[in-house]
Amino acid sequence: MSMTDEAPRLIERPLAAGGASPEQETPAPATERDVVFESRDVNVYYGIFRAVRDVTFTVPKNEIMALIGPSGCGKSTVLRCYNRMNDLIKDARVTGSITYRGTDLYDERVDPVEVRRRIGMVFQKPNPFPKSIYDNVSYGPRVAGQKKGLDDIVERSLRKAALWDEVSDRLKDSALSLSGGQQQRLCIARAIAVDPDVLLMDEPCSALDPIATARIEDLMQEIKQDYTIMIVTHNMQQAARVSDTTAFLTADIHSENDTRTGILVEVDTTQKMFSNPSDERTENYVTGRFG
Amino acid sequence: MISRLVDDKSRAAIAASIERRRVDARGLLFKVVLQSCLLITLALLAVLLVTVALDSTDQLGTRLWDFLQGTLRSRSSDESLGIHQGMYGSLWIAIIVAVLAFPIGIGAAVYLEEYAPRNRLTAFIEVNIRNLAGVPSVVYGLLGLALLLNGQIFGLDRLTGGSSALSGGITLAILVLPIVIITSGEAFRAVPMELREGAYGVGATRWEMIRTQVLPYAAPGILTGTLLSMARAIGEAAPLILVGAVTGRLGDSPGLFDVGALDDRFTALPIIITSWTAQSGRDVGFAAAAAAAIVVLLVFVLMMNSAAILLRNRFEKKRG
Repeated sequence: MSMTDEAPRLIERPLAAGGASPEQETPAPATERDVVFESRDVNVYYGIFRAVRDVTFTVPKNEIMALIGPSGCGKSTVLRCYNRMNDLIKDARVTGSITYRGTDLYDERVDPVEVRRRIGMVFQKPNPFPKSIYDNVSYGPRVAGQKKGLDDIVERSLRKAALWDEVSDRLKDSALSLSGGQQQRLCIARAIAVDPDVLLMDEPCSALDPIATARIEDLMQEIKQDYTIMIVTHNMQQAARVSDTTAFLTADIHSENDTRTGILVEVDTTQKMFSNPSDERTENYVTGRFG
Repeated sequence: MISRLVDDKSRAAIAASIERRRVDARGLLFKVVLQSCLLITLALLAVLLVTVALDSTDQLGTRLWDFLQGTLRSRSSDESLGIHQGMYGSLWIAIIVAVLAFPIGIGAAVYLEEYAPRNRLTAFIEVNIRNLAGVPSVVYGLLGLALLLNGQIFGLDRLTGGSSALSGGITLAILVLPIVIITSGEAFRAVPMELREGAYGVGATRWEMIRTQVLPYAAPGILTGTLLSMARAIGEAAPLILVGAVTGRLGDSPGLFDVGALDDRFTALPIIITSWTAQSGRDVGFAAAAAAAIVVLLVFVLMMNSAAILLRNRFEKKRG
């Protein structure tokens, strides 16, 4: 149906058509592609304290979406809404709606355990289990009840996480013997071993050196064809390098009791966010004038 | 070309300014005080061990096997004087405590830490478990007396046979239960949040997370707690006196693993030590016998500790 709208314009400017059409594919509005997540007016409360206010955006399939913003603006809190990780925090409450492929994640019939099998998570600090490399990667499939074919899953996941060549001869060694960067790639392998649909990454490189960071970023580009990725980062260059869309959050500081509430300022394609953002606060942040 | 940047004169001045000039007297004094604290403790322990060991040679040096095989007697010169009945009682008390207090205590701790909601009721319960851990042991003896001997509740005395090793074991299991719950709870609390999140993050249920992360990680800490409570149970005399441990004459002397004697009259090593020490006034030979019984009890505790430490090291190695 969009063809009928586009056609007259293409005829009007036939010269531009050939060169521009591949360009037009990429920045198509999100509504016309598969949407994985759609959040509307999401508020997160810890007790009576509102940590995040009115967050609304969509996450398209097979894209990398970055959440950026200064410390304490609620980036991680927002991210953790998407696989019900906030359920683990006492008194945490989410209002508004977050749908995952059309289903409300906070519907009472939804089982958070099933949600987390489809929406995996990689954490800020590499958190391998104090078990062997093999047992770490096979953990997810095993708790899901799988007993056969674990060897294949372990190899495939480690290959995808670009770690196989470094550990294939010592799968029985403790995961804690790996370096920080290797541990984080192991955690990515562990997350993708359950064959999730989405990966949530909460500042996955903040504890890593630049070389390990570059490896993880390359890896994200490689695996994004299979997964949709949301990444929280406090590193603006990282967001600019890896993501397709960027959401900028900032903190509203309540001076009377020194608390902060995270608010969403702007969401757009990463290119636009870093070159020509609509909101002045975004511009100030991405140009390094605040935060 | 590298220039030294400083001439000799200023270098000498800098060197002088960072030289050590005074002795840190307070720091030194503090260290000496701390060392003396440790030395006092060690000295007291050494005195205890040496005197007990020396006193015990009368029995252990000359008739070790007879002493281990012998029974309660009214005279210290009796050839069949010994602690076999006490060893039987203490061994089975230890087993009963392990079988009853450890699973129940650890289970209660798992529930309190991992499942129970955090509200006023659970806070109240937790405070009271801590209080229970501080209740004098005699009070637990009274509880055992009412519950297991007098049959005031449930008629449990028919099951335990009244004054018996079974009653003593159950009483001491109740005594150490709060300690097991508290120490296990602390071990669970020390499990890093990252491990829990990691397990939940790949779709583990709460039970799977507890089984695969919390319990293995907390195992060394739990073991330390159970070890402490076991040592406490083995050393207690007061509650056993209340549940009727025999101090004077005890007819039967069952084999160490004779389960059938569990509901018979019994005694235990701490009871024997107390009783013989009390009798040493009129019959001085009992002092040596008591010292010998102490050595046996210490060896018993030492063996248990070593086993627990070996196990703990294995768990810790697994934990990495």
